[in-house]
Amino acid sequence: MKEFTEQKATTLPTAFWRSLRRILPADGLLTKPTQVAVYECDGLPVYRARPLAVALPRTRAQVGLVLALCSRYGVPVVARGAGTGLSGGALPHAHGIVLSLARLNRIVAIDPHNRTARLEPGVRNIAVSEAAAPYGLFYAPDPSSQIACTIGGNVAENAGGVHCLKYGLTTHNVLAVQFFTADGVLHEVGGVTGEGPLDLLALLVGSEGLLGVVVEVMVRLTPKPPATVALLAAFRSLGEAAASVSAVIGEGIIPAGLELMDALALSAAQDYIGIPYPPDSQAVVLAEVDGDLATIELDVAHVRRLLLGHGAFAIEEARSEEDRRRLWLGRKSAFPAVGRLAPDYYCMDGTIPRSALVSVLAEIGERSRHYGLPVANVFHAGDGNLHPLILYDAKIPGELERVEELGAEILRLCLAYGGTISGEHGVGVEKLDGMCAQFTAAELATFHALKSAFDPHHLLNPGKAVPTPARCVEPGGMHVHGGRLPFSSLERF
Amino acid sequence: MTHDDTATLAAIVREAYDRQTPLEIVGGGTRRHLGRAPDGQPLPLASHSGVVEYEPSGFVVTVRAGTTLHDLDAVLSREGQKVTVDIPRFSSTSTVGGAIAAGFTGPGRPYTGALRDSVLGTRIISGTGQVLTFGGKVLKNVAGFDVSRLMVGAFGTLGVILDVTLRVSRCPEDVQVIEFEMSWSDARERLKRWEGDLPLTGAFYHRGVLSVRLAGRAARVTAAVRELGGERGRPEVFTELRDLALEFFRAPGSLWRLLVPPDSPWDPQETLIDWAGAQRFWVTLAPAQKVREKALQYGGQAVWVWGPDRSEGPWAAPPAATMALLTRVKAALDPQAILNRGRLYPDW
Ligand SMILES: Cc1cc2nc3c(=O)[nH]c(=O)nc-3n(C[C@H](O)[C@H](O)[C@H](O)COP(=O)(O)OP(=O)(O)OC[C@H]3O[C@@H](n4cnc5c(N)ncnc54)[C@H](O)[C@@H]3O)c2cc1C
Repeated sequence: MKEFTEQKATTLPTAFWRSLRRILPADGLLTKPTQVAVYECDGLPVYRARPLAVALPRTRAQVGLVLALCSRYGVPVVARGAGTGLSGGALPHAHGIVLSLARLNRIVAIDPHNRTARLEPGVRNIAVSEAAAPYGLFYAPDPSSQIACTIGGNVAENAGGVHCLKYGLTTHNVLAVQFFTADGVLHEVGGVTGEGPLDLLALLVGSEGLLGVVVEVMVRLTPKPPATVALLAAFRSLGEAAASVSAVIGEGIIPAGLELMDALALSAAQDYIGIPYPPDSQAVVLAEVDGDLATIELDVAHVRRLLLGHGAFAIEEARSEEDRRRLWLGRKSAFPAVGRLAPDYYCMDGTIPRSALVSVLAEIGERSRHYGLPVANVFHAGDGNLHPLILYDAKIPGELERVEELGAEILRLCLAYGGTISGEHGVGVEKLDGMCAQFTAAELATFHALKSAFDPHHLLNPGKAVPTPARCVEPGGMHVHGGRLPFSSLERF
Repeated sequence: MTHDDTATLAAIVREAYDRQTPLEIVGGGTRRHLGRAPDGQPLPLASHSGVVEYEPSGFVVTVRAGTTLHDLDAVLSREGQKVTVDIPRFSSTSTVGGAIAAGFTGPGRPYTGALRDSVLGTRIISGTGQVLTFGGKVLKNVAGFDVSRLMVGAFGTLGVILDVTLRVSRCPEDVQVIEFEMSWSDARERLKRWEGDLPLTGAFYHRGVLSVRLAGRAARVTAAVRELGGERGRPEVFTELRDLALEFFRAPGSLWRLLVPPDSPWDPQETLIDWAGAQRFWVTLAPAQKVREKALQYGGQAVWVWGPDRSEGPWAAPPAATMALLTRVKAALDPQAILNRGRLYPDW
């Protein structure tokens, strides 16, 4: 475990604490170690720190007052939604407070006529689609953590989901945001079409809590597609499966989702859920096509032809919701399933151009053999977002270091093919080193300048997401120890 | 036609920064009448042109900012592809950089996305003369703040755009335009019903007529046309709307875009309703204040496009604290305010 910052006896004047108590509701300030303990980490528990206190405001006015107060006393503030982030973004600051937005969880308005929803930041992602369902609408970005994660956290991380290939990421579905800057001043950016004099909305989405604290989000709602068909295609080699994905994309077809699982992931999933894949499957591609019935028939026939043409030896098709869920089950439980194969695994998150899938997967396989460390691949193939899972045993001395080395090599591979070090999990504290590999000192300095424009004293989530130019060692990844993941009951990715 | 001018351009910007002398960034010059009139020595980008990287199977293209949209179209169409988003071309010399800086999206906006949605990465020269790269050429990328999208619609006030990486798509097999005479409220109801159910790529309402564009697979478009009935419209009408070249736009006065909730009622003023309701074009002699108030009444905002009084500028200033924030963002990228000074707001 990595203690992120040493806890020092920080003494803030009692006036600060008195004011803070006055701003917050009676049950809205946690300071006892036992109360604060659950906030010590987010979904990446190897990094931990204990905050001075946790503030739980109920209203946006309270959020503004807490920020203004902290700004006056120079106290760092880490915003927090549900704490499901996977890069340590919500890791507390040992000399600061955690500002939880979880209690601002009202759906302010659903406007079915204009197909928008206005939400407080603590609204859970799934709750939006549930509230919109009676109108035949849904909120498209669907991270696998959607029953727990919040809209505020989604905005901060630019969260994606299985269906973002067709429907876009958070950034494509948010129209306006109200946020406080560190000084407690409220701003509103975007509008009914998402436009504004400068696209600050683009900056804010994915800013990992560094630029402002989001207190209201207006999102676009999408009409439910009239029909959906899922296909599961089995291949005798990973190369063929990857090539079939590139072919589908290369034909200009945009499925709602296009996922890939390799042999190791398949055998793990098969053992875990007890549903067999076609015998001899070395890889499986899952494709989901949605839209109007007529287009679907054309697309399904086309995708089928491409999959068969690239060596698929068995294709299952599911149309009813029940059948589709069954086809997806193995994919959705692949992470916990892989978690049972080894004492520990390390989850990478990088993106590559989709035309490079075959080469990159082959190179990952080679490096895995070279290191003698098994790697399972289950990922968003359609948008090139890789999640290689490196299996290992942390109890073996030196093993974690070798895993980190392999992980760093994989991320460098992503960069070498023109990709990126993070597709959806964010930088947080975990990938600060990777940022140095991806950006020049001048580019990092620009990020710092933008940070200063919003937060001149660097009080919001300081030290995260953008490394100081001084700190450039090697890229990192996501660590999972003892097969124990936080939120292990949730579907993964 | 293909030339990398990065070093020269960066040196000019660096010198302008040192001397604190403003520069007017000029692409094809076809969008010069949009926004406020900038100060400064012209910095021509037209010679910085050509496709840097194009991988048809990846549906992504990286192109230099001085490349004309016309030339880009030609390169893409050889592969049966086109830029995913609907970008206005005011003439054959309109450049990619100018299009990104102005940030306009054509009638395809509700169906194929906004211009910023198609921008995956940019390389820019900052106001200090540094060459910086943001974003990339992949669809999912959360490393670093999204400075690429920030460039879209900033009118060149945050950086000289050098290269842009854009999403591209397959050209539709067939495109058809059909028209219906009906009230706006009927039209709006239909558009809602059709979204996601028909291969729509554009819909506008003008003088009691709803025009829709259907594009995609030939079989699907044919079936949709049969299903919907209506009258056949001129296929070029959507291109003319995209390029603000319809007769409507030639009326005397200022051209405004009112961005409003799409279900807002039709206004008796002579307007053209685009984006399935979300964008209302007004050509009017009414004072700016009146138009901006009107948009506010609907819960939206008004953007000035062109007209006799250029001092107005596209956007009203936001509340003071937010204006101060915008100004600090501007200064983070262009500390001496040398890039297109005055184009968006006076003095910056
Ligand atoms: C099982 C599991 C599956 C997952 N699957 C996916 C997936 O499919 N796709 C994906 O993209 N991610 C996935 N994630 C990662 C995570 O769920 C997302 O990043 C999510 O958006 C985080 O939301 P949260 O509310 O938990 O935010 P937190 O973890 O609490 O915070 C994340 C970051 O946002 C900031 N923040 C939170 N709220 C605000 C606010 N109101 N204003 C400003 N900043 C704020 C925090 O400071 C922090 O930096 C998964 C995580 C788990 C545990």
